[in-house]
Amino acid sequence: MKKTYSVEVDCANCARKMEEAAGKVPGVAALSINFMTQRMSVEFAEDAQEKPVMQAVRKTCRKVEPDFVIEL
Amino acid sequence: MVTRRQKKTLTRILLTAVLLAALWFVPAEGWLKLCLYLVPYLLIGYDILRKAALGIVHGQVFDENFLMAIATVGAFVLAWIDGSGDYLEAVAVMLFYQIGEWFQSYAVGKSRRSITQLMDIRPDYANIETDGRLERVDPDEVAVGTVITVQPGEKVPIDGVVVEGASSLNTAALTGESVPREVAVGDTVISGCVNMTGLLKLETTRAFGESTVSKILDLVENASSRKSRSEDFISRFARVYTPAVCAAALALAVAPPLALTLLGRSARWPVWLYRALAFLVTSCPCALVISIPLSFFAGLGGASREGVLVKGSNFLEALSQVRQVVFDKTGTLTMGVFQVSGVHHSDLPQEKLMEYVALAESASSHPISKSIQRAYGLEPDRTRVTDVRELSGNGVIATVDGRQIAAGNEALMEKLGVPASPCHSVGTIIHVAVDGAYAGHIVVSDVVRPQARDALRQLKAAGVARTVMLTGDNDPAAQAVAADLGVDQVYSRLLPQDKVERVEALLSDQPKGQRLAFVGDGVNDAPVLSRADVGIAMGAMGSDAAIEAADVVLMDDDLMKLPKAIRLAKRCMAIVWQNIVFAIGVKVLCLLLVAVGAANMWLAIFADVGVMVLAVLNAMRCLKTPE
Repeated sequence: MKKTYSVEVDCANCARKMEEAAGKVPGVAALSINFMTQRMSVEFAEDAQEKPVMQAVRKTCRKVEPDFVIEL
Repeated sequence: MVTRRQKKTLTRILLTAVLLAALWFVPAEGWLKLCLYLVPYLLIGYDILRKAALGIVHGQVFDENFLMAIATVGAFVLAWIDGSGDYLEAVAVMLFYQIGEWFQSYAVGKSRRSITQLMDIRPDYANIETDGRLERVDPDEVAVGTVITVQPGEKVPIDGVVVEGASSLNTAALTGESVPREVAVGDTVISGCVNMTGLLKLETTRAFGESTVSKILDLVENASSRKSRSEDFISRFARVYTPAVCAAALALAVAPPLALTLLGRSARWPVWLYRALAFLVTSCPCALVISIPLSFFAGLGGASREGVLVKGSNFLEALSQVRQVVFDKTGTLTMGVFQVSGVHHSDLPQEKLMEYVALAESASSHPISKSIQRAYGLEPDRTRVTDVRELSGNGVIATVDGRQIAAGNEALMEKLGVPASPCHSVGTIIHVAVDGAYAGHIVVSDVVRPQARDALRQLKAAGVARTVMLTGDNDPAAQAVAADLGVDQVYSRLLPQDKVERVEALLSDQPKGQRLAFVGDGVNDAPVLSRADVGIAMGAMGSDAAIEAADVVLMDDDLMKLPKAIRLAKRCMAIVWQNIVFAIGVKVLCLLLVAVGAANMWLAIFADVGVMVLAVLNAMRCLKTPE
């Protein structure tokens, strides 16, 4: 399953760092943050639940950049 | 447009500036002075300090927040220790940093919006008529087969067929083509076009998610997630750079004073500590990190405005290094539309021969049969045709007006024992036998695209060293087209799988750092498209297969877009490298100046913001198409 979310990221460098960190969250098969279109696209691993995974993703991203905003 | 967060930061910046100006006139000393200066410092820097602290807690040390916190706190401590009480610098550095950040976020946000606006083809609603009233609904909720209304000035939200009305459509957002397209009842309409003149009613043929506009949006939005090598370079650079800078700063703080002490001179610890801090502040690679993706993004945006969709920054980069372009012949260099170009050696009147063949082939949908029927010009009277036998790969035998007509290739004539006279013309030859006797042949050839010759010449001018044409046609036909267009090399009589092998051979002979592009119409060349370094599909509007298989998609079938895309890619790469060299160059210079004490933190931060702004402005040049 693949989904796209609207995000608010301030700097390209933080987006890069978040992408790296959030890609390692369990349940995420692939993750990319498009700083230019302010979108995060997430490919979930098989039998992963969207909600808990995305909450973990948000938590991870906030660790990198406390101002991170995502519309879940 | 200024976001809420930007407004808040701006207020803080102004308040801090006012406070600093006021403090200038306050005659305070010692503890009181320190406390007074801490007020504006915390006001302007609290978020940085918080992020720095959180960063340390979460193991994210060495980011710019950390650097700023260390540097400014360090400056406070130094000013307290040496008794100078010069706290202004620490606050001012934080202030300048915030001004720089604010400006960066503003400039980048503005550029980002102007690019995304350019690519904004997303329809917001679809109109459905209920009880004579138009109702706006989410395009996602419209079922296939629903009749939707598109008013003048509105975007076509979903692919469909016109059931009522006639209008001109502006396809510029999709193809870059400014001439409007006329549509009437029965025509297919692609989503993303803008209805210009009349009211149209469309019956939708696809769901929104399957419509052209969704496919393109998906492609564009995912484009910059495919990183180019230059972007990877930045990531790798940043990974090495930050620790290296920290190590250098540490060395700067410790080594010179130790050396001076050993030489028996005054160590001047605070001076070197200050320089080390300034060095850290200067080191932030913002301009570099921001301008490279922005350049690529602008390049992708500029290309899509021209009707060239590039699927990722990596392909834009590859496009700029293309030295060999391999073309499929039919449907790419030629229109894929066959025309009768001659009737030879016929004992019968030409019209009679054409009539017989057109009737014999009237049941066939083969492009060559179609071309003969078009040349015949009349609706074939099928009652005159009986006993049709299609011999796959050879031709057709049928009885027309009681006479046996055989039309097909040389093999068919051999099979029938009819001696066929060879033909020296270029094209596909259809031999005809009437009642077992040879009756001449018809030459059918493909029509070369009008802009093909010009496009090939411009490709050469854009730095392409070699052009190659692949075709399943016989050799004379292929050679003639190649000579006409000025193609360097031709491989003829290729089956589809041979084309892949041919491209692989060309790829393996290719020097390192050069790229090979394959241009096809996406119809049955998907394997070749994916095998080439850059697969380019043309005439892709409405063809999902082509959009999926290719790396670069030319929305219409204008070959001139090809040299244009390569020029655009080259220009974009040039801008990327300008930015890389400029940003790193100025940064290194600043670091050196700071290390020898010729520049202070203020100057370094000014330089950083300046470079960033120039790099962003330079990146925006990628949006423009070179002539």
